[in-house]
Amino acid sequence: MASAFEYAPAPESRSVVDIAPSYGLFIDGEFSEAADGKVFKTVSPSSEEVLSEVAQAGAADVDRAVKAARKAFEKWSALPGSERAKYLFRIARIIQERSRELAVLETLDNGKPIRETRDADLPLVAAHFFYYAGWADKLDHAGFGANPRPLGVAGQVIPWNFPLLMLAWKIAPALATGNTVVLKPAETTPLSALFFADICRQAGLPKGVVNILTGYGDAGAALVAHEDVNKVAFTGSTAVGKAIARQVAGTDKKVTLELGGKGANIVFDDAPIDQAVEGIVTGIFFNQGQVCCAGSRLLVQESVQDELLDALKRRLSTLRLGDPLDKNTDIGAINSAEQLARITALAETGEAEGAERWTAPCELPSAGYWFAPTLFTGVTQAHTIARDEIFGPVLSVLSFRTPDEAVAKANNSQYGLSAGIWTEKGSRILAVANKLRAGVVWANTFNKFDPTSPFGGYKESGFGREGGRHGLEAYLDVR
Amino acid sequence: MPTTAPAFSDATASDSALRRFLHGLPGVDAVGLEARAASLGTRSIKTTAKAYAIDLAISMIDLTTLEGADTPGKVRALAAKAVNPDPTDRTTPRTAAVCVYPDMAATAVAALAGSGVKVASVATAFPAGRAALDVKLADVRDAVAAGVDEIDMVIDRGAFLSGRYLKVYEEILAVKAECARADGTDARLKVIFETGELSTYDNIRRASWLGMMAGADFIKTSTGKVGTNATPANTLLMLEAVRDFRAQTGVQIGVKPAGGIRTSKDAVKFLVLVNETAGEDWLDNHWFRFGASSLLNDLLMQRQKLSTGRYSGPDYVTVD
Repeated sequence: MASAFEYAPAPESRSVVDIAPSYGLFIDGEFSEAADGKVFKTVSPSSEEVLSEVAQAGAADVDRAVKAARKAFEKWSALPGSERAKYLFRIARIIQERSRELAVLETLDNGKPIRETRDADLPLVAAHFFYYAGWADKLDHAGFGANPRPLGVAGQVIPWNFPLLMLAWKIAPALATGNTVVLKPAETTPLSALFFADICRQAGLPKGVVNILTGYGDAGAALVAHEDVNKVAFTGSTAVGKAIARQVAGTDKKVTLELGGKGANIVFDDAPIDQAVEGIVTGIFFNQGQVCCAGSRLLVQESVQDELLDALKRRLSTLRLGDPLDKNTDIGAINSAEQLARITALAETGEAEGAERWTAPCELPSAGYWFAPTLFTGVTQAHTIARDEIFGPVLSVLSFRTPDEAVAKANNSQYGLSAGIWTEKGSRILAVANKLRAGVVWANTFNKFDPTSPFGGYKESGFGREGGRHGLEAYLDVR
Repeated sequence: MPTTAPAFSDATASDSALRRFLHGLPGVDAVGLEARAASLGTRSIKTTAKAYAIDLAISMIDLTTLEGADTPGKVRALAAKAVNPDPTDRTTPRTAAVCVYPDMAATAVAALAGSGVKVASVATAFPAGRAALDVKLADVRDAVAAGVDEIDMVIDRGAFLSGRYLKVYEEILAVKAECARADGTDARLKVIFETGELSTYDNIRRASWLGMMAGADFIKTSTGKVGTNATPANTLLMLEAVRDFRAQTGVQIGVKPAGGIRTSKDAVKFLVLVNETAGEDWLDNHWFRFGASSLLNDLLMQRQKLSTGRYSGPDYVTVD
């Protein structure tokens, strides 16, 4: 948006983070090369600059990491909860102290704006460790009986959309309950997990309690399949989630899966319109829409549709897309060329199927992976873009006439992860929320996260809950 | 005689019609509004943008003295400062206006004649507004007769809070009529809601529409005399109101946050709110003002810092 008030560049300093030219796997408290010496490069999606070269784990490395975790488990699980809590509190404090560095690192490796890593990701990461540190010595009172036992070694595979936050969601409850972990970050965003390994050393965490294996899907598959892993936790695509479910079927591994979504954001005609517009923007353009619980389907009551869409388009025209390190950037880069291609293809399908495309007026940088905020109107339940998860900054707008129709359309999805309700009428919030088949229902807000609140899906969005007291259950032997 | 925009003649036909209209405006979610204001508050305004914003903010100040102890000497000193805010740097923009009580209006008008700096006078039994209508109107008449450019009136919050919207509306109409000068021009009318007393955001949105429908040229948050004055959230809400009012009627209305804005950092945040809510058409002192006094010196110190690279101190700006 051209204006007399042009914001001068306000880049966060890159020099607060020191990225080494290469990193090894973090096994048994030490960094080491992969057994077969393989490495891969990680690039910054906003510039395609190579940030570092990291070791590529194979089956032999997975085995070594699981053995280290198994060895560490005996002592770690025997520690009094109050002692484990001390380590977790220490980790949380170190994360806070190093939050600026970690925010810049995450922005470089992931492509998301510094405004988000600084104000959302990092505060939530620290909050998760603080929260589960508090549970470590209170497990007797968590509602799972006296002295609930940990499961053993947890194999955890996380996605690239919130690298450090997903790590926190996985590692904090696992350690609090006395498990040891082997975690594989996504291949496009390995760096913050490696920095976390350094934080574990800084906190004096016993060797082998946390092991980090960077690598591709084959390493993740080997980890899930490893016979000495007791617990599998995965966040990622529904396709991989299904493969994991098949893989562990017939074993006694406990599994939690947090998969895709196609969240419905329902706006009633008595909604607080200006705040609903903000909620829609947060719902689908936060993290470039690369959020499993994104509000990617806007269900708007027909009587306010035109007014709402005008306001939404006006608001989208003010979004600032560009250098993710600039403190004024609202929309950063798409995480990878592969993801950009997927978003592009699905948007083209939307057009081919007759939906009307509108794109926010903004200039895309020449290098890197970018997709302008886009919305489709005239979308119906029959359109692919109303059913398939796009995982990008693309909003499908559908309309409804009555609350029953809104609920029916919202629930008519293979997914069931999140939903939003916008109305000034409290009784309607309660009535609609009770009928929605979604793990998280937000009322007059969207994409609000808190470690105390359980998170998880219905249907193909997965099973098990992370966060809150419920999140402990996934790491305790309560069967 | 000012008249209501035809679009609203039905809405203002009776007290109940007006209530239905105002209560039919979209509600405001307080948490969401405050979150949006806070989020815009994280904009990082540096270098050239900061220089632009500081000069713009200076040019938007209604330099204000509203004290029982005001004297002609004090008002003349303030007028001199408005014309020449920084004696060490003549490129510093002048403030938009000087804002005084009605009995000081003539002094201010004389002191600012030919300077381009406007004179605004509070009126209508400012700040409480607890006086009979003819007393309030006489207050306005005096100020207009003294030659002021702008009138800052207060609404009857008691009437508003008890749901007598039509009384508030008709009072604004009456004041607006008194703003007319013999030569056919009008003093611009700023309508103060005292948002701290209206208390809820829904009330502030309703008051904004009520004021705009009654012919306000500016809608203004507060008097500066109560606990809660201008905040980013209430100003954001009023900016949404003027934006929506123009979209609906084509009529542009100004916004003036007043009270409690003391630092350059705060002022720049308000300008970001203007830029990203109402838009650049409001980035002009004809459409946006700051009701402030101590803010000016902080802006001047920041301006000196930008031009010299050094921080000076309070002794390097004038104290009046």
